Amino acid sequence: MKVTIDGQSIEVEPGTTILQAARMIGGESVPPAMCYYSKLEKTGGKCRCCLVEVTKGSDANPTPMPKLVASCVTGVMDGMEVNSKNSTRVEEARKSVTEFLLINHPLDCPVCDQAGECDLQNLSFEHGKSETRYIEEKRTFEPENIGPYIQLHMNRCILCQRCVAVADQLTDKRVHGVMDRGDHANISTCISKAIDNEMSGNMIDVCPVGALTDKTFRFKSRVWFSKPYNAHRDCDKCCGKTTVWMFGNEIQRVTGRKDEFHEVEEFICNTCRFEKKEVNDWTIEGPRKFEKYSVINRNKYAVHPPKVEINTEAQILLGREQDRKKISMTNVPLENTENSKQ
Amino acid sequence: MSLDTISLSGRKKEVSNKKMNFWESIYLVAILKGLMITIKHLFKRKVTIKYPEQIREFSPVYRGQHMLKRDEKGRENCTACGMCAVACPAEAITMTAAERKPGEEHLYREEKYASVYEINMLRCIFCGLCEEACPKDAIYLTESKVIVKSASHREDFIYGKDKLVMPLEMAIKNSKSLN
Repeated sequence: MKVTIDGQSIEVEPGTTILQAARMIGGESVPPAMCYYSKLEKTGGKCRCCLVEVTKGSDANPTPMPKLVASCVTGVMDGMEVNSKNSTRVEEARKSVTEFLLINHPLDCPVCDQAGECDLQNLSFEHGKSETRYIEEKRTFEPENIGPYIQLHMNRCILCQRCVAVADQLTDKRVHGVMDRGDHANISTCISKAIDNEMSGNMIDVCPVGALTDKTFRFKSRVWFSKPYNAHRDCDKCCGKTTVWMFGNEIQRVTGRKDEFHEVEEFICNTCRFEKKEVNDWTIEGPRKFEKYSVINRNKYAVHPPKVEINTEAQILLGREQDRKKISMTNVPLENTENSKQ
Repeated sequence: MSLDTISLSGRKKEVSNKKMNFWESIYLVAILKGLMITIKHLFKRKVTIKYPEQIREFSPVYRGQHMLKRDEKGRENCTACGMCAVACPAEAITMTAAERKPGEEHLYREEKYASVYEINMLRCIFCGLCEEACPKDAIYLTESKVIVKSASHREDFIYGKDKLVMPLEMAIKNSKSLN
């Protein structure tokens, strides 16, 4: 099937969504996604960040779709034409969605451990306004303890429900979910239960904001002060391939390897994530690369300029042998043999 | 126009080798002229000050020693977000964050605070970028009105929170002036 996004065409399999097709093309036309997660099933369609304009439904029925559609849950049709970054309607819609998402967000980025790798931060940097029109008081929740490893900040949550999908699909018994309705909806465990499943730590990686963060890393450092390295270890529960964030010789935290869309390549277990914080536990492969403009790259000096080598004749700076002899002081003997004679 | 008459600076003077007359040769007029200039300078305003007794007034935008401000209730503004450290072109700032414990709400404004905050004054170039980067209104170079003093040991230039945080008396004065 042929689909055109922002003027760029690509051939995709039937059943691909517009967002997946856009990600195959890559670049600026990829819609932002807060709730959709390609590694988890049944995610997407909740945050409305990825709205796109379909200007031509398909070759068979070329009428445009009247409303903007959520690209993460809309499948492509043959000959479909989509405007994402090109459309002013889409830009307007994303601005409004960002404004809505930020209504109840506490904007405590200086305190939040997610700052620097936060999807909502990226979204509001690109589409957000610098001032708020909301005059009511922000909705707040009582802090809740959900176990020794994961810190829940319900105030920061945008209810994308990725963490619920993680618990559903990776763990055998889900103990948390969305409680209450409407404005009171919140992620919580029923009657303050601790989340202690072996794969539950993936909620931290999956969370697009700082609602679920690593308790063992809490306030230890900022994201951009530690150096990320790819590392692996033999783990019987998961693939063991992780990114370790180091400060000097200390492993401050362990996360999954996130790709350019901030999705983990493979899920890792809690043992790898929370308990293996010794350098000896890991085989370190090398530094992990991030997007050029990511704050994680600040002050890292990872880019070494190529060494410049000038290929010239030997001793070109010294000049030719006979010239040097000619210019040299006549009083000083040039040859060692003469020197030894004296 | 010939090349000799052109003066790019406008101060070109023709030098002649003519003989001095009597009045010029006794130099009295020239000496008096010179003395007049000296006497004139006696009555002009002095450019120098008597430093240790007199101290020059700071310009309102003068960037001196940093100050970590407290808010109107005397709580520290800084939340150790690290923006100043990442903005610092000289990499002079380091910090360690800590979580505020219950009962410390009167000391720190936010949940997180800087337990260690150090500026290496030997590295600092007083550019003021930390002040611009600060989202919490915490660090200022214009408030303290103090120049960083010289010292004879390198360790003495690493300023910790004991030197940087706004003194309590100043915070009390600020809160009184508001009420």
